[in-house]
Amino acid sequence: MPFEWFVALRYLRDGKAQTALILAAVSVGVAVIVFLSALINGLQVSLIDKTLGAQAHVTLRAPRESPTALAFDAPGRAISRSVQPASQRLRSIDQWPAIMAGVEREPGVVAASPMVVGAGFAVRSDATCPVVVRGVDPERFLSIVDLRKKVVAGRFDVSGDNIVIGAALASDLGVFVGDKIHVTTTEGGDEVATISGVFALGNEPVDKAWVVTSLKQAQALYALPGGATTIELKVREVFEAESIAQSVRDRTGLDVVSWMKQNAELLAGLSAQSRSKNLIEFFVVVAVALGIASVLIVSVVQKSREIGILRAVGTPSRRVLLVFLIEGGVLGLCGSVVGSLLGSLLSKLFESLARGDDGAPKFPVQLDLELFVFATAVATGVGLLSAVIPARRASRLDPATAIRNG
Amino acid sequence: MVEPLLRVDGVVKEYGRGVLTRALDDVNLTLAGGEFAALIGPSGSGKSTLLNVIGLLDSPTRGRVLVGGTVATGQSERSLTALRARTLGFVFQFHHLLPAFTALENVMLPAWGDAGFASAEMMARARELLVDVGLGDCAGRRITQLSGGQQQRVAIARALSRRPPLILADEPTGNLDTASAEAVLLLMRRFNRELGTTFLIVTHDPRIADRCDRVIEIVDGRIRSDGPPGLASAGGSAAPVSVARTAP
Ligand SMILES: Nc1ncnc2c1ncn2[C@@H]1O[C@H](COP(=O)(O)OP(=O)(O)OP(=O)(O)O)[C@@H](O)[C@H]1O
Ligand SMILES: [Mg+2]
Repeated sequence: MPFEWFVALRYLRDGKAQTALILAAVSVGVAVIVFLSALINGLQVSLIDKTLGAQAHVTLRAPRESPTALAFDAPGRAISRSVQPASQRLRSIDQWPAIMAGVEREPGVVAASPMVVGAGFAVRSDATCPVVVRGVDPERFLSIVDLRKKVVAGRFDVSGDNIVIGAALASDLGVFVGDKIHVTTTEGGDEVATISGVFALGNEPVDKAWVVTSLKQAQALYALPGGATTIELKVREVFEAESIAQSVRDRTGLDVVSWMKQNAELLAGLSAQSRSKNLIEFFVVVAVALGIASVLIVSVVQKSREIGILRAVGTPSRRVLLVFLIEGGVLGLCGSVVGSLLGSLLSKLFESLARGDDGAPKFPVQLDLELFVFATAVATGVGLLSAVIPARRASRLDPATAIRNG
Repeated sequence: MVEPLLRVDGVVKEYGRGVLTRALDDVNLTLAGGEFAALIGPSGSGKSTLLNVIGLLDSPTRGRVLVGGTVATGQSERSLTALRARTLGFVFQFHHLLPAFTALENVMLPAWGDAGFASAEMMARARELLVDVGLGDCAGRRITQLSGGQQQRVAIARALSRRPPLILADEPTGNLDTASAEAVLLLMRRFNRELGTTFLIVTHDPRIADRCDRVIEIVDGRIRSDGPPGLASAGGSAAPVSVARTAP
């Protein structure tokens, strides 16, 4: 073992009380950081998961129709004009197969699903409910919103005249798997469909309104043969959705929105939360650094005589410097390991204490390797940095002075 | 002619700012290889100061120190540390061992701290030295578990561990009873005889001084007498100076 390590470890072992005290301080600091991060990351991830459960990351639609002016201003002429927004009828995206093939190649996009989405009514004897009809290519659709996992009765099947509907809608209509309902649309479509499955996403508007059918049936319902009104995308990094949406918008000229735009308020809230978390962590780190530095400074003063002896018998001052740097680094490292364990334990305990009715934790925590690596790196770095001043002091001690005051 | 092992040239050492204390006042001294010399003088006369200057722990205000022909005065702290590690061994007034370490580790310290790594050879040599000073059984014990005399012997073993040509000992027998003091002195004489190591020993004890080959007396920072034992204790005003040894 190198000399510096040997001396540093021996001193740490020898000054048990001091070492224990400072380790406790570092551990508590790291535990706070781990716990706070785990909790807030967990909350944010579960919020975003909930939000994205029934929502595509990026949605492409045909561009909105804008009113066209029939008369123009010209020099010497004044006109009075009233502009009304054009009524938006359901239109297919021009050349959608080519556009979809193009966006699928866009970096960061992992899945694309063409759809016909429109309004309609579900009718069964005397009950009529407004619905959102989603005609999908099942394989592609499921790779974006995996409804199979949310099916509570029957199974996911949209072949032939089969449809899958939300649980709230099923109960509103009073229907079960196997029953038949009428689906009518504003475009005059009217078909009889068989319910093959009922899903519950836990998202009220969706469960109350969605009628999932095949692309083909929906094309028939809306008189859009071979058309698709919407292309939905799933991206690899959810927070890159907006930049991907931007590039798709630029390339296709379509009306493209990302989930981030649609949930701007949620995101603003989350980022404010992250900022306050970072601030708290910063102050914890500062407190830990001050703790390590002050204990090490005291120990340099206490050991000045021994440092003088080391120097007098021929130990170069850079080795003395290293001894104290190592002490700081080791304290940070060990403290962060203990603190990570402590923080994880605390998070798990917290998670198990607060549970909802369904047994799922109210505050899901997110403990990942990245967090531990981060905490360890910060604590070790802080340990090293806070040891710099004491270590320099130690290495500059004048051996003669240190020895004379025997 | 051959450079002496140690040469002190007109060294003046002053302490303090404004009101100066002159601890050493124009000291000239040479030590040849294999000498066994005592440095005596009343308390506050400058013995420890002279030893610190010779040991390159303190730099003189004026004058210079040459070790083995190399001018040490004015060199960088780094090269002084290296020179110290190679040529000098210390036995301090307050033995100055490291309490957190064992006897063996303390003896290994000079070689180890310089090289950075402990080698089997270092350890074997340290063990051998501990046996030599009669502490073969105490190698693994902490310094705090040893008696004063045992600690002093560990300090001597440490000073010898790199076989330095010159060992500076500041009252190595200061806190010891007569028997232990005798044992420590015999030990140093043995190494002087067997290895040819030069010793400069600060002492207050006339019995120790009498058994050295040369006695240097210092009073008020000046060398008052220098010669074979017996001369200094006469306390004459015109102190004879050993011309044979001090002339270059
Ligand atoms: N760091 C210092 N600052 C100021 N004065 C000092 C310092 N070290 C020593 N002195 C003074 O220098 C003089 C010589 O001191 P030194 O320690 O060399 O004496 P000494 O001969 O070793 O005495 P003792 O036998 O008591 O150990 C004394 O007057 C002392 O007060
Ligand atoms: Mg002294």
